[in-house]
Amino acid sequence: MPLLTFKKGGIYCAQADVYIDPWSKVDRAIITHAHSDHARWGHQHYLCTSNCEAPLKHRLGNISVQSMPFREEVVMNGVRISFHPAGHIIGSAQVRVEYQGEVWVVSGDYKLVDDGFATPFESVKCHHFVTESTFGLPVYTWADQQQIFDEINTWWAANRANGKVSIIAAYSLGKAQRLIQNVDHSIGPVFTHGAVENMNAALRAAHHDIQPTIQVTKELDKKSYKGGLVIAPGSALGSSWVNKFKPFSLAYASGWMALRGTRRRRAADRGFALSDHADWDGLNTAIAATGAENIYVTHGYSTLFSNWLKEQGLNAAPVETQYVGESIDVAEEEVAI
Amino acid sequence: MRQFAELFLAIDATNKTNAKVAALQHYFEIAPDKDKVWTIALLSHRRPKRTVNTRLLREWAAEYSGISPWLFEESYHVVGDLAETIALVLPNPISDSKEQALHAWIEQIMDLKDVSEADKKAFILQAWQGMDKAERFVFNKLITGGFRMGVSQKLMVRALGKALDIEENSLQHRIMGNWDPRTITFDELLLQENSLDAASKPYPFYLAYQIDGPVEDLGDPSDWQAEHKWDGIRGQLIKRGEEVFLWSRGEELVTDRFPELKLLATKLPAGCVLDGEILVFKDGQIQNFNLLQTRIGRKTVSKATLQKAPVILKAYDVLEWDGNDIRHLPLLERRAYLAECVAAVNDERLQQSPSVAFSTWEDLKVERSTARSMKSEGLMLKRKDAPYGVGRKKGDWWKWKVDPLTVDAVLIYAMRGHGRRANLYTDYTFAVWKGDELVPFTKAYSGLTDAEFRKVDAFVKKNTIERFGPVRSVKPELVFEIAFEGIAQSSRHKSGVALRFPRMKRWRHDKPVEEANTLNDLLTLL
Ligand SMILES: [Zn+2]
Ligand SMILES: [Zn+2]
Repeated sequence: MPLLTFKKGGIYCAQADVYIDPWSKVDRAIITHAHSDHARWGHQHYLCTSNCEAPLKHRLGNISVQSMPFREEVVMNGVRISFHPAGHIIGSAQVRVEYQGEVWVVSGDYKLVDDGFATPFESVKCHHFVTESTFGLPVYTWADQQQIFDEINTWWAANRANGKVSIIAAYSLGKAQRLIQNVDHSIGPVFTHGAVENMNAALRAAHHDIQPTIQVTKELDKKSYKGGLVIAPGSALGSSWVNKFKPFSLAYASGWMALRGTRRRRAADRGFALSDHADWDGLNTAIAATGAENIYVTHGYSTLFSNWLKEQGLNAAPVETQYVGESIDVAEEEVAI
Repeated sequence: MRQFAELFLAIDATNKTNAKVAALQHYFEIAPDKDKVWTIALLSHRRPKRTVNTRLLREWAAEYSGISPWLFEESYHVVGDLAETIALVLPNPISDSKEQALHAWIEQIMDLKDVSEADKKAFILQAWQGMDKAERFVFNKLITGGFRMGVSQKLMVRALGKALDIEENSLQHRIMGNWDPRTITFDELLLQENSLDAASKPYPFYLAYQIDGPVEDLGDPSDWQAEHKWDGIRGQLIKRGEEVFLWSRGEELVTDRFPELKLLATKLPAGCVLDGEILVFKDGQIQNFNLLQTRIGRKTVSKATLQKAPVILKAYDVLEWDGNDIRHLPLLERRAYLAECVAAVNDERLQQSPSVAFSTWEDLKVERSTARSMKSEGLMLKRKDAPYGVGRKKGDWWKWKVDPLTVDAVLIYAMRGHGRRANLYTDYTFAVWKGDELVPFTKAYSGLTDAEFRKVDAFVKKNTIERFGPVRSVKPELVFEIAFEGIAQSSRHKSGVALRFPRMKRWRHDKPVEEANTLNDLLTLL
């Protein structure tokens, strides 16, 4: 029997009797990161990284959580379990599971680029690697982070010069902080939707430094938004909430924006191809670095990507999960299936 | 080509009309004349003939990118656009190419026509090597054709008008007709009064908007003329001197595709231009659009096709009479000339689109409800005292289409979508009951909200019965109301029917599968 198996309710380790990112309610869940398709509500006990604890509690409320730093080890019935940085969002981890010399790594969501906020990705050697494949096609290759932020800053400055407010749709956990940390604050003030600001508050309370932001409230004078940058979850943008910013320019920041069709179908002014998931080269580089010969491909282009890996001489297979990957409309954080 | 690629990026980065026009205007102010001529040509559907087969392009792109052809094809399916797929998969440029003007690239591409396959490949690989993503995309588009920049001809003309300080309508007219971007100069095309091939030049078609409120909002019914809205191809039939031309709305010269109308045109008085609908007419009746489709896209028409699908022109307007542009005259006066023309020609192939008699809007609602049996799509309302406008202008002409037909159908197959929907199952096949069997009868991809698509996607993934390549058969459980504009018999479809413009109108959560419509229900709509 393999050390990890893909069961109906999630990825399961029988020897340790523990699940990783399960979507059914279980007794003990190891969580890679606090996005809601990976960290679901209703488990008895959660185990996550130290940096994941604050956002996880913020999201799920009063739960039983145990956390530990990256690279530290816990042993469950002889199985050695540790977390290693996945670089996806703050506190996101790959889970390393070892028993009698056999090593598995479940990567959750990951990216190789250092985004300036999440602990940067670290490669972990293993025999079996479980990878995501959200952007597992050769058409997805990201430009340098600096180049993308140069474009964002130019767009923001131009809007400011035209007397407009700039609005970017972003997940309140991950993308929002990445934007806040990397945009050029000398251009103007950065405002946040309540969902983003509450997450910021939870993170700041856990001693994470985040650049200054101002929460959008009824009390704020509408004129004060002029020339500013507003960061809000996509769900807020379809509502009347945005009216107070008129005139504004609206942008989406998502890997899907790499495709022209996606950009054009959005009723947005701009699309920036900024993703917290690995691109084609990133996925291939990460897989090669593990040295693993057995690759299990989860959410995304799982069948296509595993066929590609097979062509490269690896034992690869798609695995059905209920993770959703990067979504433009409904954030990973809001999905509940 | 840098300038043109930048123009493309600027237009692509915005959905604001003004910003697009400003970018184009700027381009027309700075680009070399020869590039401007080609830009006008590309944005007015005058692309050069394809000289490299797209199958070869795909092979070379896959090879150069180090991926297998199957993976390239899957990527293409996701992106939905070949030029873009190639631009995205190619590795980073290795050398800086010497900058070459747009017209030089286009002419080199045109000259590939008589070159060996190996030389074509060498030329294209070298071109790709020196270009960034945007330039590659534009270059690929020049090869594959279908250049759409999200700018209509009208917007292009507006920008050109601003750049040259020439009135839009007259510019619009100057760029119509037959001209060759490779030989014509910018001056000849736009600045000289008597440009080449004046005889063939059509007028810009006046287009109508769909009525968006109650018809009563149009005011006094006696100000309006009503006709049926024919479901064919909009055409302009021209006779000037002894020459005849037939233009379709896409501004394509289609004279040779419709020899019967060419013949008809010779009977017109000289200096006459008619606006009307090309329709298949047989046994004294207008036929379905399906039959007309057998005439589209064919350069030469066989005798058999001519017999199976003979066309007429259902004329509704005269734009030029006795050599004079009469578009400024009120509709009723132009219609009087039309009646005179139809009577004088006296040929079954030229019919006047009759106006409908009515005195109240209620009368007209009754008339509209007969549209399907008249083989029309609804009614056209035109202000009696209005001149013939240019392009799409709100106010004087309105379409008033009939409500779509609908049936409740069961989702039985699903396929992944393109682009943004690339990771979702959004392309569906629907079935209706025939006894206790479900018979597929149409596909539909549009009409649901993004949230609904995600829900259906989740359903598909959890309820897959079988997979055939990219297609999954799913448990027949979801019922959707499918709306469509028309239905015709078809031997090419298993169900025996083909729908026109099918789309999902709504998800019938309230309907159990057993209550979906039957094939018989569908057949009664024929
Ligand atoms: Zn995630
Ligand atoms: Zn994920």
